[in-house]
Amino acid sequence: MHESDLLIIGAGGAGMRAAISALGNGHNVNIVSKSLIGKAHTVMAEGGIAASVGDVDKDDNWTVHFADTVVEGVYIGNWRMAEILAKDAPERVYELERFGAVFDRTPDGKIMQRAFGGHTYRRLCHVGDKTGLEIIRTLEDKVLHTDTRIFDEVYITKLFVRNGRFCSALGLEMRTGEFLLFKAKALIIATGGCGRVYKITSNSWESTGDGLALAYNAGAELMDMEMIQFHPTGMVWPPGAKGLLVTESVRGEGGILLNSKHERFMLRYSPEKKELDARDVVARANYYEIKAGRCGPHGGVYLDISHKGRGFIMKKLPGMYSQFKEFAGVDITKEAMEVAPTVHYQMGGIRVNPYTCATSVEGIFAAGEVASGLHGANRLGGNSLADILVFGKLAGDGATEWMDGKEIVVPDESEVAKEIGRVRNFIRNGLNPYDLIDELASVMQNYMGIVRNGDDMRKAIDLIGNIRKRSEDIGVSGGLKYNHGLLGCLELQNMLVACESISVSANIREESRGAHTRSDFPKRRSEWKVNIVCRKNGENLSTKIVRVEEIPEELAKYVKPEVYENG
Amino acid sequence: MDDVKEKRMIEISIYRTDGTGRGEYKDYEVPMQEGMVVLDAVRYVQEHIDTTLAVRWNCKAARCGSCSAEINNMPKLMCKTRIDTINGKIRVAPMGAFKGVADLVTDISENYLINRQIPEFSPKEAAVPWKIMQMDVERTKEFRKCIECFLCQDVCHVIREHKADYVGPRHIVKAASLDMHPMDTVDRSGFLNREAGIGYCNVTKCCQDICPEGIKITDNAIIQEKERAVDRFYDPLFWRKAKKR
Repeated sequence: MHESDLLIIGAGGAGMRAAISALGNGHNVNIVSKSLIGKAHTVMAEGGIAASVGDVDKDDNWTVHFADTVVEGVYIGNWRMAEILAKDAPERVYELERFGAVFDRTPDGKIMQRAFGGHTYRRLCHVGDKTGLEIIRTLEDKVLHTDTRIFDEVYITKLFVRNGRFCSALGLEMRTGEFLLFKAKALIIATGGCGRVYKITSNSWESTGDGLALAYNAGAELMDMEMIQFHPTGMVWPPGAKGLLVTESVRGEGGILLNSKHERFMLRYSPEKKELDARDVVARANYYEIKAGRCGPHGGVYLDISHKGRGFIMKKLPGMYSQFKEFAGVDITKEAMEVAPTVHYQMGGIRVNPYTCATSVEGIFAAGEVASGLHGANRLGGNSLADILVFGKLAGDGATEWMDGKEIVVPDESEVAKEIGRVRNFIRNGLNPYDLIDELASVMQNYMGIVRNGDDMRKAIDLIGNIRKRSEDIGVSGGLKYNHGLLGCLELQNMLVACESISVSANIREESRGAHTRSDFPKRRSEWKVNIVCRKNGENLSTKIVRVEEIPEELAKYVKPEVYENG
Repeated sequence: MDDVKEKRMIEISIYRTDGTGRGEYKDYEVPMQEGMVVLDAVRYVQEHIDTTLAVRWNCKAARCGSCSAEINNMPKLMCKTRIDTINGKIRVAPMGAFKGVADLVTDISENYLINRQIPEFSPKEAAVPWKIMQMDVERTKEFRKCIECFLCQDVCHVIREHKADYVGPRHIVKAASLDMHPMDTVDRSGFLNREAGIGYCNVTKCCQDICPEGIKITDNAIIQEKERAVDRFYDPLFWRKAKKR
């Protein structure tokens, strides 16, 4: 058993930034991570952190960043969160620099910023194409040099709640096969997304929606789950690398998209912003071109940066160069890359308070990709790294403030024993969990993809229900120690929660907005300026529709008003 | 899709152990796919043949450094090693320099304990926001590419053969990344000389040969850091200077 003031699940950027806040406020912290320290999905972030420091374009400031975030989130994002993000991001970047991160510089020694889709100005502070690595290493160093205990390779299976308040979490330590009970006054969930519920995704192994499901099962509300971001450019070949991210920086640094007829098709879809329009727009353009058959031999469109020359590419995009060289045998300094959309990010997630990141369960807080609100219907590139730093800090502050004067609540021992029994029970003869996970991911890919329709979505809901039923019969051999199959069983349960909430929410929203595109409802409609909220009701998922609050005058003046076409 | 048109099978031999020190290679047959990497084959075994096979992986994009192993006796990332670059049978074993946990998984936690000992970044007083030149950034950038796969620790014969008090290449690279930070003020020569045992490295450069990020570990980090320690502790001129002060 391990006790601390604060428990954090997830050792990515948001979790570690939250830990630093809590430590700064004089509290002790335990961090639990499913993977090893420093391997969290943050490490994959390439392009940069969006912050209006204005080092490259002097006219940039928080109001423009705020407006970009609200407009490209297609007006259903939480404007208060967008405001906080835009105002706080510059200080979080400078602070990260003081922690030891080294950013690329302008000729006069300021922080270098690059252009990215949907950002009015060049705004992304970056370290080549390895910004995420720099963030995680910097935060990791900071945390490792404190008394914080990091329990890595521990998988949390359940959160215990007593009288509506969080009390503890049960984890399975993979290295030993032992169950560990973590008691704390408050909990921050920072477990990232659920991209693995799709077949083609840029997400790493651990993105199986664990935090979503833990919170949902503890009674918290999920919001905007239908909003799944397809990144326009993922690798298409070789098969093993399918879905691997091709950073937006390629386009930010001047890369252009071409179809098999050598036409720069973004001129048709978005004559003004072209390749640097928001991700939903570019992803759909790529999708339509591929669907129309104007694609390369592996079913992708072409992304070309070779005109920039070898020296430039090796300096600005070294990671992309080696990724294509090693995996696909393509030299991007000479030839074009073949790319197609890939599932990249969940805009939705646990519903939180914009100031404190508190969820609807007392004592549980959430930050980063697992939380919702900030990005609305579409996330801008670079806003997630800003998100994890800004809201990671706020969650740390929010949780420590909340726990002031509170004591640890003791969990019900019979509940803990019951949970241990549930986990152990998967070790039996049964269906292979990986087969069901594979099937689930295919359902999501085929019926809940980039362009949706009612028939497909209802089919998806049915098929997911069917998999849910069969999931009762899964089982694996082996023991509790480092048993990946057992992990697969546990993950499948969480993936099902993610898939159910995505498909049910998507089926409700009868319009096309941001990342949610429907062929049967192709237009955006004012009556759907809402958020769809899910929660667990007994054994069922119940939903409610919540109108987006109007932006107050002092903020509305920065944002161009939303315009609806008729229909 | 692709495995329908091509039914070619490949053989892969994976070291199985329960972590108690004993173990053996087991053979598996896996369908070949175009452009396949070793991790694809290992995961196929894990998902379809034996779900108890313990293997660590995460990003599958050579960015996280989780899937380190010894492939035909060479320390490599499984996600980055294409099957078609291997002649003959494929043998995959866990990293030998670390204690085994199960199958391909090893206990690398000692590395985080070492990291804790490296004196942390401590910046000089300067007006904010800082002005830093790109030239100075470049000096430290190479070392910041490290993905902590610990293959350099695995290949290091000082660690493997002698278990000497040497922290290993990864941690010297870490110290170098801090030492060459343009704003840092800490003198790490004491750490390098004592706790890090940098003198034990005899510059065989095995580590830089296998670094998946292509970091010139020995040339650019270890030799520079050795000089730093030597200047401070073994250079009579420095002693005289120090006395005068």
